[in-house]
Amino acid sequence: MLLALRDVRKSFTTEEGPVDVLKGVSLELDAGQHLALTGESGSGKSTLLHLIAGLDAPDSGEIRVAGADIAHMDDPQLAALRRDRIGLVFQQFNLIPSLTVAQNLAFHARLAGRLDRDWNTHLTERLGLIECLKRYPEQLSGGQQQRVAIGRTLAARPELILADEPTGNLDEDTGDAVIDLMLQLVADVKAGFILVTHSVRLASLLNRRLHLTHGRLQ
Amino acid sequence: MIAAGISALLSHWHYRPLQLATLIVGLALATGLWTGVQAINSEARSSYDRAAAVLGQDTLKRLQSKTGLPITADRFVALRRAGWLVSPVVEGTLRLGRTRVRVMGIDVFTLPQGATSFGLSGDTGIADIVAGNDLVLVHPETAEALSKSGLNLRTSLQVVPGDLMADIPTAWTLLKRQDFDYLLLASDQPAGLAPLSEIAPDLERIEPDPQGDIARLTDSFHLNLTAFGFLSFAVGLFIVHATIGLAFEQRRTVIRTLRALGMPNRTVILLLLTETLVLALIAGLLGVVLGYGIAAALLPDVAATLAGLYGASVPGSLALRPDWILTGLAIAFGGALLAVGQGLWRIARMPLLAPAQPRAWAMASLKNSRWTAFAAAVFLLMSLTTAWFGGGLSAGFLTLGTLLLGAAMLLPALLILALRLGARTARSAIAEWVWADMRQQVPGLSLALMALMLALAANIGVSTMVASFRYTFTGWLDQRLASELYVAADNEAEAEALRAFLAERADAVLPIRTTEIEIVGLPVFLYGIADHATYRDHWPLLERGENVWDRVAAGDGALINEQLFRRGGYRLGDRLPVAPGWTEEIVGIYSDYGNPTGQVIVSHDRLMRYFPDIPKLRHAVRVAPERAEALVAALVGEFGLSPGNILNQADLKRFSLRVFDRTFLVTGALNTLTLGIAGFAMLAKLLTLSTMRLSQMAPVWAVGTTRATLARLEMLRTVALAFLTWLVALPVGLALAWVLLAIVNVEAFGWRLPMHIFPADWLWLLVLAMIAAGFAAAIPVWRLARTRPAEFLKVFAHER
Repeated sequence: MLLALRDVRKSFTTEEGPVDVLKGVSLELDAGQHLALTGESGSGKSTLLHLIAGLDAPDSGEIRVAGADIAHMDDPQLAALRRDRIGLVFQQFNLIPSLTVAQNLAFHARLAGRLDRDWNTHLTERLGLIECLKRYPEQLSGGQQQRVAIGRTLAARPELILADEPTGNLDEDTGDAVIDLMLQLVADVKAGFILVTHSVRLASLLNRRLHLTHGRLQ
Repeated sequence: MIAAGISALLSHWHYRPLQLATLIVGLALATGLWTGVQAINSEARSSYDRAAAVLGQDTLKRLQSKTGLPITADRFVALRRAGWLVSPVVEGTLRLGRTRVRVMGIDVFTLPQGATSFGLSGDTGIADIVAGNDLVLVHPETAEALSKSGLNLRTSLQVVPGDLMADIPTAWTLLKRQDFDYLLLASDQPAGLAPLSEIAPDLERIEPDPQGDIARLTDSFHLNLTAFGFLSFAVGLFIVHATIGLAFEQRRTVIRTLRALGMPNRTVILLLLTETLVLALIAGLLGVVLGYGIAAALLPDVAATLAGLYGASVPGSLALRPDWILTGLAIAFGGALLAVGQGLWRIARMPLLAPAQPRAWAMASLKNSRWTAFAAAVFLLMSLTTAWFGGGLSAGFLTLGTLLLGAAMLLPALLILALRLGARTARSAIAEWVWADMRQQVPGLSLALMALMLALAANIGVSTMVASFRYTFTGWLDQRLASELYVAADNEAEAEALRAFLAERADAVLPIRTTEIEIVGLPVFLYGIADHATYRDHWPLLERGENVWDRVAAGDGALINEQLFRRGGYRLGDRLPVAPGWTEEIVGIYSDYGNPTGQVIVSHDRLMRYFPDIPKLRHAVRVAPERAEALVAALVGEFGLSPGNILNQADLKRFSLRVFDRTFLVTGALNTLTLGIAGFAMLAKLLTLSTMRLSQMAPVWAVGTTRATLARLEMLRTVALAFLTWLVALPVGLALAWVLLAIVNVEAFGWRLPMHIFPADWLWLLVLAMIAAGFAAAIPVWRLARTRPAEFLKVFAHER
């Protein structure tokens, strides 16, 4: 089992009082399995993704990644988990503005100490980024930036890839092209994949789908 | 509409109170240091003006002996009888306990109009002075120092501190004299007077001196202080410029919205301008208060320096003067407007449909970097040109200003270049990111780094200048004060007895004979020396002709000091007009630090032939150092000489070095304050940027770097940038020291000092810079280390 969540709960304190975002979420994902997570705005999709990535901690419940309970990990252990096992793709791309495209592409893999230059070159070609390697993120279009973000994640060959609305900032055609490419490459690395999206159409491209409503999975 | 606009614009400060505090503190610091220096200068200058106006010296002519000897009472009586409206003055210095005062004896009945501006005509004591009951008038500060002197003191604020006014008989008693130094000439003399050449051919008319010697002598000192004040102001202005620039950048969206909702651009600009002026008023008032504090703290040291170096008496307490308060406020307004100008210009030209996404200030700066580097090159070229071709003190300061400005503007380009080179050494992904991120930080931090570079360069430059000066001065004192004792007699008879007494007990008795002459309109002291190994072996000659000492001894040449050499434009071999009918060939030039006037040295015999009447009272005595103390005791025992008549070489050196060190205390204090302001600039900038940095840190954190590591790297980056800035500041500081030593000092004082370098001082400054940068980074880094993951997550998730 690559990922196992048991009764995960999370709430946030707002000016109006505490808001329960996740109300006992449980799910499992095997290696190589792809899951689409849909839900309305504010349903807790991103929060769930952040908890799985170890970017945030649940109030209660258990989250196991490759058998390890991340709820009891400290900061360095969580950092190592993200570095070695998980790959993240964000809606806002979150590339490192001071590094070139080539450096951004290799960054995560080098950090994890497993840069494979052939695989990197292959990815660069598949993503159509050969011409942009020396450019900086600000010099790219939105679609190109998201392809760099996907390449950065895949270059590190993580066991679990978490994508949070990766096409949310792109037009429909570009978004479709990006998601097609992403699904092919994720299949190539045989990683577990969770895609958070609003789009039912995009979700239908994945073989497993779950809907999050008011903090509960359906 | 206006109220809504104001509240929208002001909400920025409410949301970012730290930025507001930075702006106000930055402007207050800049204004404070400038105002402090101006307050010191203003206090000193007002004191010089009072000194120059004593007894109408600034407006009244006077009669003085051509030979510099005192004027007898008979001569005064003869002039009065001939109808001349003259008033006698006797002047001398007197040590009362630990206090040295200038005694001025006057005759109240004959004192001309315009000579009574010291309180005699008004409130205090005229009747007592006229009554002749030994009353003396002093400034309250002097009165305090003389409280145990037993004198019959009356105070007047019109008397210059350090002066003591009395009637002639009282002054004569105090000074143990029976003659006058000069006679004041009333402006309106009766018609048909017998000419002066008939009644008193030995007297000459001296023109009034509106400025006063002290004001002239201290001009360069005050110019140096002003330059320092300006530097501090400029460093402070960097903070203001950076903060206002950032605030404008962050408010672009608000401004765009206000305009989109129908507020005219002119109104927006007016509101921003008003806001700036209100902030400048608050900061200016704070700055003036701060400046008063700084001036009050530094004034006693400045007063001591002025007294030690120039003999100028400046009160150690500060009076509130409207001129420097208004100047302080004006400079705060000027500085704020200068800083806000660029932002207002951009807003005035910003199209309504400009991208709502605020362009990062850093990016804008980066785009300007080529122009900045170009402007820097122009300034540096100007600096070189003025150094090479310019002349005068203003050219020296122009060289300094353009050098500092050019170097500061070139700094970002140099740092980016160094970081690019450094990035080539990176082996890991994190190292690569650190180098690249540092490079990206440079534009945002550039103004703070420029401020740090200016402060470091000024520190290196001024400390190199001071240390070179001290090193040279110490060596020069050893050469110049070669004799073990300096003994002065009170009169000719005593001098003769002294010489006879010393002849048997000392290794050599060297006469010191001097008189004041004028060469090419400059006052010059002419010295006659004996031919002795003391001079041949030790005298600090900078340039010499052949057989220099033989020629001087033979009365066939003169030595001149560096000041006369430079101001008179002389060269070796030129003939010097010493007196009517007497010229000497210049055979040597010697260093003469700390002396504001020119000097000429000729053979003793030749001097006495031309000026047989000069007093023969002073002597340099050579004796084995271990016997010096005993000889002093014998002299005191035999002749009852007062301590002021015998100077010991070691005491003289100690005193000179003490005066020297105190002179540069103020410079040191201003140096430290400037460095402090630069440190504050770094802190302010790092704090302001720290929230913006989250978006750059978050992706690195997300892919598996701990917050602690990010915090450590952030600290490393700041310290590394400070180190690189120090590296750039080093050559700039040395160039600054060279300009100070080779141009400014030569123009201001008339001497050129050799430059010595003190690498240990640079390393110490590096440590200080690193500590300052470390402290500045500490709060943002601490915040980063404690940033909750939720804060990082905000960068990724805009929905929840």
